[in-house]
Amino acid sequence: MSYYVKRIAQTIVVFLSTVTVTFGMYRLMPFGPVEQMKSQLQSEYQKSGQSLSRAQIEQINQQVETLTNIQPDAPLFQQYLSYMEGVLLHADFGTSIVLQEPVFEVLFEAMPWSVFISVYGLALGTTISLLLGAIMAYKEGSSFDTGLTVVSTLTQTVPYYIVAILVLIVFAFQLEWLPTGGKMTPGTAPGLNWPFIAGVVEHAALPVLSSFVAGFGGALAYRGNCVREMGKGYLRLARLRGLSQGRIAIRYVGRNALLPIYTTLMLGVASVFGSSIILEQIFNYRAMGFVTFNALLDRDYPLLMGAFIFFSAITLLGILVADLTYGIIDPRVEGGANRESY
Amino acid sequence: MSRTDSPANDTETDGGSPVEDDLFTRTSRVTDSSRTNRLRHALDAHVYAPLAVAVEDTRTLIGGTIVAGFVLMATVGVVLVEPPQTMEGPIFQQPFRTLEYPLGTGGLGKDLFAQVVHSAPSMLKMILAGALLSTGIGTLIGTVAGYKGGRLDTALMGFTDLVLTIPGLALIVVLAAIYRPEDPVLVGLILGIDNWPRLSRTIRSQVLSIREEAFTEASRIMGLSEATLLRKDVISNLMPYISINFANSARRIIFESVALYFLGILPFTTLNWGVMLNEAYENISLTDPTKLYVILVPMVAIIVLSLGFILASQGLDRVFNVQLRARHARTVASDEPKSEAGD
Repeated sequence: MSYYVKRIAQTIVVFLSTVTVTFGMYRLMPFGPVEQMKSQLQSEYQKSGQSLSRAQIEQINQQVETLTNIQPDAPLFQQYLSYMEGVLLHADFGTSIVLQEPVFEVLFEAMPWSVFISVYGLALGTTISLLLGAIMAYKEGSSFDTGLTVVSTLTQTVPYYIVAILVLIVFAFQLEWLPTGGKMTPGTAPGLNWPFIAGVVEHAALPVLSSFVAGFGGALAYRGNCVREMGKGYLRLARLRGLSQGRIAIRYVGRNALLPIYTTLMLGVASVFGSSIILEQIFNYRAMGFVTFNALLDRDYPLLMGAFIFFSAITLLGILVADLTYGIIDPRVEGGANRESY
Repeated sequence: MSRTDSPANDTETDGGSPVEDDLFTRTSRVTDSSRTNRLRHALDAHVYAPLAVAVEDTRTLIGGTIVAGFVLMATVGVVLVEPPQTMEGPIFQQPFRTLEYPLGTGGLGKDLFAQVVHSAPSMLKMILAGALLSTGIGTLIGTVAGYKGGRLDTALMGFTDLVLTIPGLALIVVLAAIYRPEDPVLVGLILGIDNWPRLSRTIRSQVLSIREEAFTEASRIMGLSEATLLRKDVISNLMPYISINFANSARRIIFESVALYFLGILPFTTLNWGVMLNEAYENISLTDPTKLYVILVPMVAIIVLSLGFILASQGLDRVFNVQLRARHARTVASDEPKSEAGD
């Protein structure tokens, strides 16, 4: 019990530190966004009038504050506190400079699309590669095993964006089976109607396929672990006890072989958003990655900062789930606090 | 050491027949080894045996050859092949037609083969810098955290989580945008920052299992020093894992750097396969099948090199396998006949 509380508290601390580091980067960068915006507004005012009055300076600061959620003239510590307060209590990340919309809404709208394509691709890839890895281990040395070993080694050598470009060339440009970009068929109304759903599926097919092929390599790692596990003595005992083959395969071999790669799998969930920047760029898929990349190119710092915090929160959640469920997979290491420290 | 190592067994010094060699009558049989002997032994154990294991396996052989070829390309190749120049040849010369432009030329008439070769040095520097940094830090933090446990573990893993949660690619993009790293070594180091937390987390979870094993417990009870224990019991057991991860992080560095150059985020200061990919993607129409080779050339280069690293890493797994190595060593007698070597 105390372990879980500790672990959750730790996650909150890490999250706050991440936001702090991001804030530091955001605020202390040479020619950071706040200064940039301020000088830009100042020069605009200066064009019309002669010198700035106190009221005008006040007005500029006001404008910068609404855009970035940071009051430029306040001491750094106070800026930090008010930013954190905005983020944590009011989910207020400021306003996007380019889009002129609240950052939270922009991101919240883009989020489901990213989750859709990346998690779907990853879940599909993980499930199938675990299954195939187990089968390969059980048929060790067969031509099925050898063939799939070669295939999954080859898929590991190809980066997902190269897969993306290749499937784009083949299925979209040459065969013209699938759309070349976008996330829905233009002219369809979002909602539960067939043309819209069909369009969404059609547009997601290539991105999902690319991340599926890229995530396929896990099969080999799982195969290796299964093979190693199958040589162990306790399995002979299990067979002597008359346990069914299925129970041995799933509860004994499967579970123990999963342990070493479990963290990697959970981290995979967390890292899907990193790859989405490139994937969404190639497929012109307007979701989180696309928004983040454009924010970078436009130097739209409030939006960029918001995207950073979103990414971090999701990654942390993935790791937390991995740690909290670790004890279920491997009871030996249950509760890091219970371990002796040497 | 086996019995055959000591010839003094046949006759005792008093001329009588030897006492039956059992546990209780046995005395020290370690022969005084001269320096050359020891050197030969060390060479055999650390150079010859690993090489023998490596050469025997086809995967290792291919992987090693690819990586060695790449290193040759980055060192000797750049001297032999002239640097690519704009309009040195015809535009869109198809590949495999002339010996002068073996891989053809792109839209600017630049020799694609020369571009591939002259990209190698910057790729090599990037890979080395990044993979060394991330494997080193990842192993160190993962081992210490997993083994020591307690507060140190919490602190180190907290730090790892912190770095891990800062979105790597986005962070790199921002860093690249501010500092515009031009030196490939610097690019590699920046990419390495993003790579180590994963490794240290996975290493830690491995160490968590190893620390519960009987042999570490035994060493602990024997009172071996912590450094020895970490080195001999923990790290040596993790060695295959670390070597695989070195190759994997080399692959990740290739993938990520190419992605960044492909997106046009890093400045195009050195020739690089990512730069080639970007130029091809921007300049040719993907609907024209006759020009697709321009984009395929850098792709093939990337894929072949990462194949080399993967195969080499699989081979390293076998090289670090103690039993396999012992079977190949000449100075270490083995329980199994040599003819059975290789599986």
